[in-house]
Amino acid sequence: MTTIPLAIPRPVHPTGIWSWITTIDHKRIGILYGVTAFLMFFSGGIEALLIRIQLARPEQNLITPEIFNQLFTMHATTMIFLGVMPLSAAFFNFVVPLQIGARDVAFPRLNAFSYWTFLGGALILKMSWLTGSAPNGGWFGYSPLTGITYNPGHGIDVWILSLQVLGIASLAASFNFIVTILNMRAPGMGLMRMPLFTWMTLVTAILLVLAFPVITVALIELFFDRAFGMNFFNVAAGANAVLWQHLFWVFGHPEVYILILPAMGIVSDIIPVFSRKPLFGYGTVVLAGVIIAFMGWMVWSHHMFTVGLGPVANSVFAVTTMMIAVPTGIKVFNWMGTMWGGSLSFKTPMLFALGFVTMFVIGGISGVMHAIAPSDAQQQDTYFIVAHIHYVLFGGAIFAILAGVYYWFPKLTGRMYDEKQGQMHFWLMFIGQNITFFPMHFTGLNGMPRRIYSYYGGLGWDFWNLVSTLGALILAVGFLIFIYNMAKSWRKGEVAGSDPWDGRTLEWSIPSPPPEYNFVEIPHVEDRDDWWEEKQRRRERRAVPVVAGGSDADEGHDIHLPQPSYWPFFVSLGLFIGGMGLIYLMNVDADGIRTLNWAALTVTVAGLFMGVVSVYRWSFEPVNDPEPDGGHAAH
Amino acid sequence: MSQQEETRVEESQDAHSVHTGHPTPATYFKVAMALSILTAIEVGIFYITALSYAIIPILAILSIGKFALVVMYYMHLKFDHPIFSGMFFFGMFVATGVIFALMALFSWFLI
Amino acid sequence: MANATAAVTHGEHEPTTTGLDHRKLLMWAFLGSDCMFFGTLIATYLVYKNKSIEGALPIDVFDIPVTSVSTFVLLMSSMSMVMAYAWLTRGNLKAFRIWLASTAIMGATFLAFQMFEFRDFAVHGQLTPRTNLFGSTFFTLTGFHGAHVTLGVVWLLSILFHSFRKGGVTPEKNLDVDLAALYWHFVDIVWIVIFTVVYLFGVFEGFPGAAVSTGH
Repeated sequence: MTTIPLAIPRPVHPTGIWSWITTIDHKRIGILYGVTAFLMFFSGGIEALLIRIQLARPEQNLITPEIFNQLFTMHATTMIFLGVMPLSAAFFNFVVPLQIGARDVAFPRLNAFSYWTFLGGALILKMSWLTGSAPNGGWFGYSPLTGITYNPGHGIDVWILSLQVLGIASLAASFNFIVTILNMRAPGMGLMRMPLFTWMTLVTAILLVLAFPVITVALIELFFDRAFGMNFFNVAAGANAVLWQHLFWVFGHPEVYILILPAMGIVSDIIPVFSRKPLFGYGTVVLAGVIIAFMGWMVWSHHMFTVGLGPVANSVFAVTTMMIAVPTGIKVFNWMGTMWGGSLSFKTPMLFALGFVTMFVIGGISGVMHAIAPSDAQQQDTYFIVAHIHYVLFGGAIFAILAGVYYWFPKLTGRMYDEKQGQMHFWLMFIGQNITFFPMHFTGLNGMPRRIYSYYGGLGWDFWNLVSTLGALILAVGFLIFIYNMAKSWRKGEVAGSDPWDGRTLEWSIPSPPPEYNFVEIPHVEDRDDWWEEKQRRRERRAVPVVAGGSDADEGHDIHLPQPSYWPFFVSLGLFIGGMGLIYLMNVDADGIRTLNWAALTVTVAGLFMGVVSVYRWSFEPVNDPEPDGGHAAH
Repeated sequence: MSQQEETRVEESQDAHSVHTGHPTPATYFKVAMALSILTAIEVGIFYITALSYAIIPILAILSIGKFALVVMYYMHLKFDHPIFSGMFFFGMFVATGVIFALMALFSWFLI
Repeated sequence: MANATAAVTHGEHEPTTTGLDHRKLLMWAFLGSDCMFFGTLIATYLVYKNKSIEGALPIDVFDIPVTSVSTFVLLMSSMSMVMAYAWLTRGNLKAFRIWLASTAIMGATFLAFQMFEFRDFAVHGQLTPRTNLFGSTFFTLTGFHGAHVTLGVVWLLSILFHSFRKGGVTPEKNLDVDLAALYWHFVDIVWIVIFTVVYLFGVFEGFPGAAVSTGH
């Protein structure tokens, strides 16, 4: 072995906390993503419960208006950036390499970096509750509300920096998955043989790498305005506050599809398995996903119909928005076509998948109502919008994610969850979802604005608000059962076997939980749904029971996997420290006089220095030590 | 995705055989000359006030030409796998679309 | 070292589905993404063009001949970069180092021009990022381009120093240089766009809303 300058001994921790910090195994990173994201999701849920309790009765004063503003901002930001996106990322990590027959992702260390950076961004945001400066500008942070004049203090800076750090994490992960899916498919797996979840991961990753730079720039501009007194959103200098709305939604609308396309992918994989039929119209479902992603770029101003963009702009965006319902509808019909004539089994994953389809259709229909610009003028900024977004993101994305959790739980842990508790969870969720969010259609049409911390009685909102709050409590009970079920089954559940669902895709062809190297032998793919076809082929060849491959784990011993590394963690730590420093970089007093905070500058520079040094170490660290041919992946 | 070509499994393709089709330093030098001349034309034409508004499309075309020369020859897109072009130009395409859409929304084209 | 097939370095030289290297694929995806980054900055600049209420405008501060020179320097650095790469693949490490060093020097020269220009705008043109919309959008757009160039210079110098280590840079590992080169050329083409859209269109007298004389 040649000496590599700058290299220090590789981490060799098979167990314990350092094994998790230095891990680059995509399955472990998937678990880290999933557990962290669920913790964040539950913290967002607690914020939602507080909101609901405050709104249960008119004129309650349990929560001050200031805290209420922080609650709804944090709830939305948490759920979108720390909940749904990383939960999807957990599935990307755990499932995609298994579905394409790969032993890991293309850049294992970059993958670890993505997770730790995500954790850093999440901590920056959530720690703001402790410092008392949680952001309060709403999740889309409209200017001038986020300007320094109307929002002094560091709450918005927290929001800006945490989103920037989370953006770096998401971008790194997306580049990784684009390359992984294009470049690491098992022999024979052409693009049109990929499982739908893998397809939607690819589409989502492409959307993400194009959408996130837009919000990055918008946030940089906002930060420069706040910290250095620039003029991007300074109306007194001739700026137009509407530019923020445009930039935000140019990112924000593709972001909506970043949240929902992975969910659609999960459902498209689950429904065929529990219908025992191939996906109806595979090519159409793929194409619909691609079209949704492409058209997602042309609809952003439907969030801004009441801004006054003029009849031409409103008409154009109304038409494109209605058109985007078409590929979505195609998918729904394909899922129905898959179930038609199938031999259905209503296990928990299937129930959640069906819950997704039905709830998403309701949310989709109210979405088409928003697409009609005059109608939207009545609905804008009311609880009707709140109802819509929760039908598509809670009834939609979260239901699909829970479907995926139950579906892949036996693969992840090797054990089966408790079916009875799973069913109970589903019905509580399904009932709770509708009791919580359906009444919001009524309160919204009755004119209740979103984001109010309290309201007078007698406006026709009292009863339905109480109903919504009760529904939220039902959801909370459902999630308690879910947590209990998962925690217990992970340790004590029945042993599930490698292929409990009689699955169709490659992840079911290997033992559960998968060995570190995934596949003893990289499979040769001959068909779409290759594992299903393989089972039929084997049945024809010899009348013996079909068992998943890799029975003899010792065979895998000469498979060389990339080694763990310290550096991704330390680059992320540097970014976290640097981000924390930047938040407090400038102090702005009541007169708008800016002074540099030297302590914060020192922290920022220290964080960046740590990041740069770690990037260098990482670049000159070979993927595997015995190989003198080192990598130089400076990115 | 713009690339939906059949999966090609190539046994082993070490890095430099990919570049066998690359141009020679002489070609690179010629491209540099072309870039210099185009820049000179840009700056020269800029002072011809008689052109008035016609200068906008002319300058735009000249800079697109420079852009294309660098991308095709120096970045080797002309000789490389089409998937690289697909990735790059899809980003370019969406970015250009967003620029023009925002210009339209802020009344650049409609008085 | 080529015989070490048993220990196939994961993600490095193993056969891939498309036959293309992972890192090069990632680089191109990154460049597509970076297009959106600069696209948004340029869009902001254009949306706010001619909307400044007070303070210096492009016509007051831009010096086209000076910027033409720095543009020319950056263009030539691209040629120098591709020459370095060509010589590396042909196994001439010495020529590679000379061209690579000259690329970094030209990059640094461009940055020196930019710093001089920024200082000149601030001192003589009374234009800072806080002056008006033009100041904010211009300094942010060109500043982030400058940051990209700076990162590129650091990257090129790192490779240059690394090439003096035994086996640090070899014709077989030309991809390490290829990636840096792609990044460098990308920074160059972004400048091609900025030079035309910001500088030339910025002072063109007939352009909507621009002032009446070119000032030259």
